[in-house]
Amino acid sequence: MTVLAFEHFSYTYPGGGGPALDDVTVTIEDGEFVLLAGRSGEGKSTLLRAGSGLVPHFHGGEVTGELTVAGLDVRSHGPGQLAAVVGTLFQDPETQVVMGTVRSELAFPLENRGESPAAVARGVEEAALALGVAHLLERPTHELSGGELQRVALGAALAGRPRLVLLDEPTSQLDPVAGDELIGLLRRLNEEWGTTIVLAEHRLERCLAAADRVLALAGGRLACDAPPAGFLTWAAESAPALETPGARLLRRAGLAPAPIGVKQARATLRAAGALPSPPPPGADPAPAAEERQFPPTRGATPAPDSPPSHRRLRLRSDNSAALRTKSLWSELPDGRAILRAVDLRLQPGERVALMGRNGAGKSTLLRHAAGLAQPTRGTVTAAGRVALLLQNPNDYLVHEHVRDEAPAAALEAAGLAAHADRHPRDLSGGERQRLALAIVLGDEQPPAVLCLDEPTRGMDRAHKADLAALLSRFASAGSALLVATHDPEFAAAFADRVVLLGDGRPIADGPVAEVLAGGWYFATETARILGGAGGALDPETGAALVRERLASAPPLAASPAAATPAPPAAPIPTEARR
Amino acid sequence: MGYRRRASPLHAARAAAGSALCGALVLTALLFDDPLVLGAVIAAALAAGALAGVWPQLRRALLFALPFTLAIALLNPLVTEQGVTVIWRFGELPLLGDRDITLEAVVYGLLLGLRALAVIVSFALFSATVDPDQLLRLFRRVSFRSALTATLATRMVPVLQRDGQRIADAQRCRPGPPPSRLTLVRAVTAGALDRAVEVAAALEVRGYGAARRPPRGAAAPWSRHDLAFTGAAAAVVALALGARLAGVASFEVYPRIVASWDAATLLLCAALVVVPLLPFLDRRGIE
Repeated sequence: MTVLAFEHFSYTYPGGGGPALDDVTVTIEDGEFVLLAGRSGEGKSTLLRAGSGLVPHFHGGEVTGELTVAGLDVRSHGPGQLAAVVGTLFQDPETQVVMGTVRSELAFPLENRGESPAAVARGVEEAALALGVAHLLERPTHELSGGELQRVALGAALAGRPRLVLLDEPTSQLDPVAGDELIGLLRRLNEEWGTTIVLAEHRLERCLAAADRVLALAGGRLACDAPPAGFLTWAAESAPALETPGARLLRRAGLAPAPIGVKQARATLRAAGALPSPPPPGADPAPAAEERQFPPTRGATPAPDSPPSHRRLRLRSDNSAALRTKSLWSELPDGRAILRAVDLRLQPGERVALMGRNGAGKSTLLRHAAGLAQPTRGTVTAAGRVALLLQNPNDYLVHEHVRDEAPAAALEAAGLAAHADRHPRDLSGGERQRLALAIVLGDEQPPAVLCLDEPTRGMDRAHKADLAALLSRFASAGSALLVATHDPEFAAAFADRVVLLGDGRPIADGPVAEVLAGGWYFATETARILGGAGGALDPETGAALVRERLASAPPLAASPAAATPAPPAAPIPTEARR
Repeated sequence: MGYRRRASPLHAARAAAGSALCGALVLTALLFDDPLVLGAVIAAALAAGALAGVWPQLRRALLFALPFTLAIALLNPLVTEQGVTVIWRFGELPLLGDRDITLEAVVYGLLLGLRALAVIVSFALFSATVDPDQLLRLFRRVSFRSALTATLATRMVPVLQRDGQRIADAQRCRPGPPPSRLTLVRAVTAGALDRAVEVAAALEVRGYGAARRPPRGAAAPWSRHDLAFTGAAAAVVALALGARLAGVASFEVYPRIVASWDAATLLLCAALVVVPLLPFLDRRGIE
């Protein structure tokens, strides 16, 4: 049964130059888990807002074509009426939670529908149990963490069991653990409750395995409508920026099919003889065949042109730290410790990724580095100016023109010289990020330390690559980089060292290949596929290792299938689905 | 400052009971000029806050209100010419003209400040101990949208405070001279409007646009704490109205200070302190 049907649907925002959605025709059936892919600004959020009725009722604008949600025509039914069949979750949980306590928040949509007190109470209990927030029911919403808030907001979207749930990048503000938990939760709701899920995400590798179908938008038009495997084949040919790291790894290694998840990628590699079969239970774990194939980076002699690790730098220039924290404690007025005796040293030009769960102390450490907070105990010393780019670039934008926000040289360095006459809030998300960076850099000498707090929130892969390249230029100019991020792929792209914070103290601190290849949550997809072997973090390095193995060594436990790579899955043409 | 449920009899009571007690204290503060009665109201509110475990919030409210109280006390003698006991002759002052400070004007200023303090502390107690969501439900049958708008407005205050703090931090990260205050105000306003739009969108998709009046369900039974605090509130109102009608604790300031501090006044003050605190003796079932 069709729950969402677009029929030649086009939409233009008020004052918008062109259509945000252009002649979209697609139907989504009950019980499907649909992933919405596309670069920033291609129409994903608009499509979700159309499904919830906010487009056009809340935003205005021009609509042509037809859109029905559970049989209700969106032209004649506003978001309030559609809320009975559609639950919606946006990116920022803080603005979606409107009531004072979790219980009231979950009850709110049911009360709006005029449900009886008994039905409200039952709906609240069921939603709370399904989302694992029953223990939070009496908690004030303003005391919840980001992950908890997002769960509560999802609970409010699900209370009353809507047929369709629309989610717009719900994991963008969550750490990898909370993000994976949320995706798992959505899959469970889809399987057990039969709820139709439409999820827009940039980090496709996180949720592709959970999806039944992928819709890709480009320029507001439906560019691909295919199962995950077919989407990856299409992405490899038509939209490489949407390809997952795992798919790129196997494609570059010359293997097929494109994997929709780590499990499938490992199976393909194993079948091709590039990975050993898992040892039988009770088998002697050492020496691991995998380790023989891909000697770990740890202890290996670095290549002459590889970035110097912090340990080598520390030995080389112990007294020339760009930033140093010594026994840094940060405590709240109630005595709760956020940072516990943090000792950290950054050398000039060093690129450090600061990772850890939400609430681990990453932002607090950056604030101390920049002098926005005073240590309870310990010291922070820097060799010069410390520039800090906080999470929300909008907080920096106070003028009417881009040229008034930052000096021309800084705009030039950030690649924004061409936008000098525009209004800062008219820029795209990635451009605003670069403008905020130009603001904190100013026209002074490059800072001794450049700190960035979650700079890739809501960014697509191409923008992240641009940012990584920009940061590398600053590091080359001598600035030490300290970047708090939840994104292992981005950390692997720019960092040469990773500090993993846990409960306010560093629990891992080492070269990027060592830290990100050895974990599970805090690891790139390539590292997870290869089991951390070889310290390969990005698909290119991983593919080179796989190719090397396939070319030089006899296959290990190769299956007959390995000799004949599987043909790539063909995408279902968009026209055929129409 | 915000509501957080705690293990106290006042938190365990329904919003109507808590509101009634705080309202009774405010009403008493507005009915009397006597400093002893005003002091009793303040003492009752502070003691109730301490027993409810919200002393830090009330202390913050006190620290916030004291400068206002002092400002009122200092300004009143400068702007009023009533009273006969001159204690200071300023002579000719710019803008204010010939100005004499009277004892009565000083005392009346102090009384005004004390009353403001009593009202602020009572509202702080209300804010820290009465569940705003329950309050919304209380008023939703009368006017759902107005009640929700009021609740959201109060919820937006801490959100905007955090936004303001973030923007201030971001501006501290700018090298060079900071932007002008006007520029910052404009930025904060734009941010607040963005926030309001986002919250409005969230409300829409939660069905607020189609909000329907809920069917009348079976009312929740009144707990011992509901009864105790409602009874205490009724007793405070009865005491205050009765005493006012009987002329107890009358206090004249102008033209000359006349106080009737007798046993009845002292008894009234003692009752105003003790009665609101009696429900705190029963701590059963407060989790």
